Amino acid sequence: MNEEPLWASESFWKKVAIWVTAGSFLILVVLTLDSLSQTSAGGTRVPAYAVINKKIDYQYQEKLHKSIPVVGEDEFLFGREFSEEEARQLVDLGKKTSQAKNCMNCHTLLGNGAYYAPDLTKAWLDKGWINTELREDMLMKFLMDPEKNARTYGSDRKMPNLGITEAEAKGLIAFLKWMSSIDTNGFPYNFKTIYAEE
Amino acid sequence: MNVTELIEKATTRIKDFKAWVALDSGNLSNGQQLAVKYFSVAVILFVAQILFGLLAAAQFIWPGFLYEFLDFNVNRMVHINAMVVWMLYGFIGSIYWLLEDESQTEIVGLKLGNLAFWVLTAAVTLVVLVYLLVQIGPGKDSSLWLINEGREYIEAPRWADIGIVVVMLIFFYNVVATFSKGKWSGIAGVLTLDLVALAGLYVAGMFYMTNITHEQYWWWWVIHLWVEATWEVLVGVIMAWSLMKLLGVRRKIVQTWLYIEVALMFGSGILGLGHHYFWIGTPEYWLTIGGFFSALEPIPLVAMVVHAVYDSGTHAFKNGNHPALAWIIAHAFGNFFGAGVWGFMHTLPQINLYTHGTQWSASHGHLAFFGAYATINIAFFYLAIQHWRGNVWMGAGIANAWRWKWALGLLNVGVLGMTIAMLVAGYEQSFIERAVEGSSWGGYFTAQNHPSFQSAMSWRLLFGLVTAAGLGLLVWDLLTTGKGETRKAQEITQH
Repeated sequence: MNEEPLWASESFWKKVAIWVTAGSFLILVVLTLDSLSQTSAGGTRVPAYAVINKKIDYQYQEKLHKSIPVVGEDEFLFGREFSEEEARQLVDLGKKTSQAKNCMNCHTLLGNGAYYAPDLTKAWLDKGWINTELREDMLMKFLMDPEKNARTYGSDRKMPNLGITEAEAKGLIAFLKWMSSIDTNGFPYNFKTIYAEE
Repeated sequence: MNVTELIEKATTRIKDFKAWVALDSGNLSNGQQLAVKYFSVAVILFVAQILFGLLAAAQFIWPGFLYEFLDFNVNRMVHINAMVVWMLYGFIGSIYWLLEDESQTEIVGLKLGNLAFWVLTAAVTLVVLVYLLVQIGPGKDSSLWLINEGREYIEAPRWADIGIVVVMLIFFYNVVATFSKGKWSGIAGVLTLDLVALAGLYVAGMFYMTNITHEQYWWWWVIHLWVEATWEVLVGVIMAWSLMKLLGVRRKIVQTWLYIEVALMFGSGILGLGHHYFWIGTPEYWLTIGGFFSALEPIPLVAMVVHAVYDSGTHAFKNGNHPALAWIIAHAFGNFFGAGVWGFMHTLPQINLYTHGTQWSASHGHLAFFGAYATINIAFFYLAIQHWRGNVWMGAGIANAWRWKWALGLLNVGVLGMTIAMLVAGYEQSFIERAVEGSSWGGYFTAQNHPSFQSAMSWRLLFGLVTAAGLGLLVWDLLTTGKGETRKAQEITQH
């Protein structure tokens, strides 16, 4: 009987499987540590929570073929400036509310979730809020009584009343504003902010 | 009518049902008896998955349907959670099914295994009831602990997360202790390491974080590394074992293939995780790494098709369970097309920029979960039924063979039809909402209101009904096939 070639031997492939798995996993761990440090709130990719005190806009970079976030002058939420800790608490309440109300099973956040309702990633900057003066008030009303303030764009799809309190609505708005400042590598492409419309 | 009468009536009904299905647990080993408990719940959850999927599909067409009673988010959550859980039940059942045969010994910790089954089933029931009856809570930690965590696929409240980990540890103990007492094999080794990864990864998704980029980073560790790595290896293990049993393929061949598949699957799948890190705030190097490794991800799936078809061919399709083998082959192709081809179609960042978060994802999800995981679980249901009835003949000429054939056809046509319908919708969304209108809310609704999107959603519902019909037939067939069959199964020897 001929000697068994290497490519047909069980023990060779067993070793390959172990080394490939261990190697890939090791690389993943190293990249994970790097990614997490680069995306901590307060870095360049994910801004500090106090960014909710600022104007957030996007600028198209010809060379990179993508829009990148630009944090501008003061633009307070609810008429006041929040300290970093206050901002973090407000965003935290908003994030928690978005989970407790199960937003992600109709909407997408950062492109993930369900497809029954629009993406919320840059919702704060959406031109659908008409102009920056009306935006905050429209959002509050919409979140607290979505049925009466529904803007269905002719689709008949309405957000249900989720019993969102005033505090929770403020938290959600802060969360949306903060999320809109995250550098998402140019996703979604060709997005025009509310400022571009003005 | 009082309670005792009700209970009495229910007991008679159950007795009548048991007499009618005429299954005999005396034909099964202890591990197999535990396995069929898992399979039974899996089938019930499969029915729930399809039911809530139909409700959600209908809401795309009639948005007012069940508004503020069972909203889309509830139906969709039950739809995807029931799917994840029934597949896990199927996997656990399949492993308990092969455990004693593969280890050549009695299962260790049978009582603990039974206890874990009832605890898990009670917990799943309670979670579903809370999903349906309570639905949402205030924006507090208590909602995340008791109602739902509001994160796609892993919505289960935290108390249930902890319970799931405990149940998985018991399951893991049973597997390892049984192999340790009996015989270790290559299949057993791969299975054990895979279960460590599977259970360990779940923990990565159990924490709350304010930073959504970090939270989604870990969330994908569970979802991607489960679905595109550990689950794929798990079905590789199940497939390897069933090819030996169904076709009589030699152990050395299936084990060598299994190692090749593990190398390819983990080698592409672990770093293929990067294709979920394009747009959530993570560094740009993920565009390259994710794009490259996820492009490799279909390769192991091609290997699986080659493997399954080649083995079937060399054994001239001579096998002891026709429905099971048919579903195994459906699995090989379904995994390749659903997970491989449909996944690859929109995995490159240049394409994904437009298709991410549209019906493309739903199209891929439907074909992949069905093709890769539902099919192989169904194959095991048929294997279980055959032995439950005393290893009866399930080859050519079984009574009412049309039922399993039509169930196979309807389920596959139904899912494929939904997949194509959603692909059409996804194309339209990518063009109108993304490319032309720059992903504004207005652009989103322009796309949703477009006739080609709306007709696609109608086709999806129609094919959903075809799928449901196939499932109904499948359940009927599983309950009745082999009933009154007196011939014993064909002898399959290894060669």
